[in-house]
Amino acid sequence: GGASLGAGACGRRTPRSCLQRAFCQAWLNEKFAPELLESKPEIIECVVEQLDHMEANLKRAKKGDLKVSVHHMEIERIRYVLSSYLRCRLVKIEKFFPHILEKEKSRAEGEPSILSPEEFAFAKEYMANTETYLKNVALKHMPPNLQKVSLLESVPKPNLDSFVFLRVLERQENILVEPETDEQREYTIDLEEGSQHLIRYRTIAPLVASGAVQLI
Amino acid sequence: RGSSARSEAKSGRTDLIFLIRFRHCCLLRNQRCLLAYLYDRLLRIRALRWEYGSVLPNAIQFHMSAEEVEWFNRYKKSLATYMRSVGGEEGLDLTQDIKPPKSLYIEVRCLRDYGEFEIDDGTTILLKKNSQHFLPRWKCEQLIRQGVLEHILS
Repeated sequence: GGASLGAGACGRRTPRSCLQRAFCQAWLNEKFAPELLESKPEIIECVVEQLDHMEANLKRAKKGDLKVSVHHMEIERIRYVLSSYLRCRLVKIEKFFPHILEKEKSRAEGEPSILSPEEFAFAKEYMANTETYLKNVALKHMPPNLQKVSLLESVPKPNLDSFVFLRVLERQENILVEPETDEQREYTIDLEEGSQHLIRYRTIAPLVASGAVQLI
Repeated sequence: RGSSARSEAKSGRTDLIFLIRFRHCCLLRNQRCLLAYLYDRLLRIRALRWEYGSVLPNAIQFHMSAEEVEWFNRYKKSLATYMRSVGGEEGLDLTQDIKPPKSLYIEVRCLRDYGEFEIDDGTTILLKKNSQHFLPRWKCEQLIRQGVLEHILS
């Protein structure tokens, strides 16, 4: 839980501001990435714990205390970001469900999952629900050789070639950029810390996962 | 008709192969169009859960097939299970907090008679058409989306 984001990782800063930073980073990355990113159960757990804590404090506080409004507003803001983050993930799960479930199926043992167990259950239910519906309403009434449809082929994949804005957090060297036109050739660029770029998501996808860049 | 052409083609009439393939392409296209239409309807029905809540207005339900209603019921059950599993003991209602909070309380006008409405500290407010109130934002969100209240921006 919170121990992994303790003072050791952040040095001077408090664990709470570390958590808020990691949480905001995860939220923005998820918002702007075209595909579903790795799930962050530790961060979510910490944020939820913090929200519960703040709400308990609020209940105990004296009515009319000025701090109450400020705390309440803070709770509202955190709850908004948490909801936005989880909603964003749900939207992507629903949009790309066959591909996400396929990816999860072919995931290696030690590899981290992109879905939390609850999201995985939701995704499976969504798929089963949709498959059953299409089968009962259309497919079972079709000629025998047309009664199956591959949702994996019919449902569009996330567009990993879409452009994203990013800010560089850790300097990267020799990032290979694919040519846009036939006349160009591939070239390499260095990403300086603090610089901002507009680039195809596919090129920098691993850097988002590692935390080297922040999508904005 | 299709199977007779196929069995004739198997018996050596190779000129029918093209007919069969063409027909198969037409059938596949029809299948794709039909599934796309049905799938698009499902996406709109899904959006209704997020916009209207878990009880749909009768006018909308009237336009849905029985299987679509069943899909909707399964979807909202699955969503409810998920929302209960995140965010602490009571779960987190993800259909709230759609916009970033600007203030704790907002001025609202009632667009139609709704009746009694309870707010946090136990007091109830009578929502009559055209009445104006200063209410907690999070309590009003759902009613604003349903068109019962209107957020007054001064």
